[in-house]
Amino acid sequence: MPDVCVAPPAAYLHVRDTLLRAAVWSATLLVGAVFAWLLADLLGQGAARIDWSFLTSAPRNAGRSGGIAPILVSTLVVVVVAIAVAAPLGLATAVLLAEVVRRGGRTERLIGLSLDVLAGIPSIVFGLFGNAFFCIWLGLGFSILAGGLTLACMVLPILIRTAESGLRMVPNDWRFGAAALGLSRAATLWQILIPAAAPALLAGLMLGIGRAMAETAALVFTSGYVDRMPSSLWDSGRAISVHIYDLSMNVAGGDQSAYASALVLIVLLIMINSAAIWLADILLVRRIKMI
Amino acid sequence: MSRLDRDTRLLWSLSASAVLASGLLLLIVLFLAAESWPALSRVGIQAFFFGKGWHPTEGAFDLTPMLVASLATSTLAMAVAVPFGVASALFQRFYAPVLFGQIYLWIIVLLAGTPSVVLGLWGLTTIVPLILWLAPPGTSLIAGSLILSLMIMPTVALTTDAALAALPQSHWAGAAALGLSREATIINVILPSARASIFAGSILALARALGETMVVLMVSGNVVQVPTSLFDPVRTLTANIALEMAYATGDHRSSLFVSGLALAGLVLILAIAARRSGGHVVHA
Amino acid sequence: MTATPDRIADGSYWPQSYTLGPIMSGEPCCVPKTLISVEGLSPSYSGKTALENVSLDIDGGCITALIGPSGCGKTSLLSSLNRLTDLIPGCRLAGRIRIDGEDIHGVDVNVQGLRRRVGMIFQRPNPFPLSIRRNIEMPLREHGMSRRSELDERIERALRDVGLWAEVRDRLDSPALTLSGGQQQRLCIARAVALEPSILLMDEPCSALDPLSSGIVEDLIASLRGRYTVVIVTHNLAQARRIANYAALFWVQNRAGTLIEFDQCRRLLEAPRSDITAAYVRGHRG
Repeated sequence: MPDVCVAPPAAYLHVRDTLLRAAVWSATLLVGAVFAWLLADLLGQGAARIDWSFLTSAPRNAGRSGGIAPILVSTLVVVVVAIAVAAPLGLATAVLLAEVVRRGGRTERLIGLSLDVLAGIPSIVFGLFGNAFFCIWLGLGFSILAGGLTLACMVLPILIRTAESGLRMVPNDWRFGAAALGLSRAATLWQILIPAAAPALLAGLMLGIGRAMAETAALVFTSGYVDRMPSSLWDSGRAISVHIYDLSMNVAGGDQSAYASALVLIVLLIMINSAAIWLADILLVRRIKMI
Repeated sequence: MSRLDRDTRLLWSLSASAVLASGLLLLIVLFLAAESWPALSRVGIQAFFFGKGWHPTEGAFDLTPMLVASLATSTLAMAVAVPFGVASALFQRFYAPVLFGQIYLWIIVLLAGTPSVVLGLWGLTTIVPLILWLAPPGTSLIAGSLILSLMIMPTVALTTDAALAALPQSHWAGAAALGLSREATIINVILPSARASIFAGSILALARALGETMVVLMVSGNVVQVPTSLFDPVRTLTANIALEMAYATGDHRSSLFVSGLALAGLVLILAIAARRSGGHVVHA
Repeated sequence: MTATPDRIADGSYWPQSYTLGPIMSGEPCCVPKTLISVEGLSPSYSGKTALENVSLDIDGGCITALIGPSGCGKTSLLSSLNRLTDLIPGCRLAGRIRIDGEDIHGVDVNVQGLRRRVGMIFQRPNPFPLSIRRNIEMPLREHGMSRRSELDERIERALRDVGLWAEVRDRLDSPALTLSGGQQQRLCIARAVALEPSILLMDEPCSALDPLSSGIVEDLIASLRGRYTVVIVTHNLAQARRIANYAALFWVQNRAGTLIEFDQCRRLLEAPRSDITAAYVRGHRG
């Protein structure tokens, strides 16, 4: 007996195809609409408050009026501390992972695992740790230094992973070429590998800066709430994300200032992100030229 | 020889950095454990799950309502974010006209980069009033889930997108040669081949949702209770830490570290599950 | 016994232990004296043997071609000679290699110094992403040369040696990656030559180049004869015939590369002693 064709009727298939197409389009349109809504609120409620004096004056009346100058300074300093600590440490670890230890070997897996675990830890837990270790155990108190160091722990895995993959993208031809010329490992690293991977390293750095700047939960209990202009690293300082949180939750009538601060933060993040993309493009162009 | 010395020095400083970087995890676990120990040793681990409510100043540390709230908001957020994320990736790859797809990808990337505190602010001023209009008090489980889903949807979308990009073009050629429609190819060939990555991306998104503090703190109401409806206000583990850390002392403070440890453990299990599932995960 | 021209010509100069005999066809490149001596070399990668028990002596100042099908271990032999195999994870070497009588795996051997003496040119030109000048200057500096005048002189000499000087003298500071493929390969040779090595290892240096550049590089290699000991891997038998004094044929036997025949290049190509060689050479002719 010949095989019977068991395919469902064509009408069913047609309906299925149409439904899938409609689902994909409508889901996408909904996401686009929500994004437009979010963007409209940000611009509509935030843009009106933003002018030069908003960026350059201190907050008044718990932030309802006045500006965000000390908050921008605190944010900047916290991020600088975080990157200044995490970047060298991260680069060195990445070099070890990409250039020294055996791929897939025990050392690589061990370090890799602990980095992946570190990357997965929720930011509020970093906040707990930062509070217990930096603020209390090391006696730094609620300070910009404690906040920056906590953020450094948080962005370290990102910096290491991006730098590692950047270094791995450097073609082996150059490593062999350097070895064949009898160059030392240090010379190969400084003269060839790091310059060749520089755009990727910088792009990773931008990613880390962006992550640090957007962080709130890890900072509330480490760098604190004080919205005065910080005078030293040991002063408490309020980061911009903490400012947004405080205005929207604890200050009645602070929504407009919160939206304005949010807009500033997002514009900063987009600038940093564009820099990262631009650097990645440079990398791509270079690679194409090489081939 | 001096050059050898230079290499040796380099190797030593690299190793020292790596030890420091990977030792950090140990340090964190050590401190969390040490800070948790007073509460754990005094009231015992079972008191955190089968106690008599959350009255930390009176020595009652039942985390169950917070645990339920965390799981409920995250799971609901997943249920929304995964279909939307996968649809977004399919749209971007296979449906959108070129320029449109680029713009859409750009939107997803922007959403992925939006700080959670900004999403929380938007949710509090826009979504919460809408839900209040449906059923008071507005700040609720459903509000938390919706904003969380907006936060994690890009993770699913970008992971799926990367998985779709990695599929060989020959799938399409083969399917086309058999006369399959675009939808038939997606359902029968594309999605099954990308399944592992989509799963891994979803687990990663779930872990992010569980670990998120600001969104749930701002829009879900922060009342300690096991929710009975979508419109009940709830307090998650993360929000609980953020709310009480400011004034907690003694065993109370210690119990917050216990919940932090539990949270980290939960998220780690998920992260390892995502890794084990073998999919290709994008860090968005 | 002294090496007078007539003695070289009639063959009576060559000591008995020297198995290869004089170069009958064509001019001798030099007074042959073993510079590289390989004894029982068997490199293996993660337990998989690439070459089985290879022994051969390579004469100083001559060009020796390594030929044979892909995957028969020619490149493994080449990169054993400057210990570049150290960089390949899971690679182990059995046997001994002596250069100028010194065991290159000895405990007190300075690997970087060894690689300076034994330069290497790769199949794909691999100039560093630096300027043309820095590509040559940086290795010199790393090997301890710092006087500007001396550096400039060496750079110019190296570039003249490879016939690149006229082409790049006006743009020494432009990126090396803007050069054409053939120019890049000549720059790589210049970079190696600037370190004044005694041996140059070349791994199919012409195979990634267009025919014109390939011809230029080939003439360059031929011109290095006498000044450097060149060991070159090539798939191009015509090229081997044109430039090499000696040739070694490798073949895969029992899943490992084996040295089948080692002889003067002309003799190996025209009157092979082994059937495998004969078949390989014939295959290339047909």
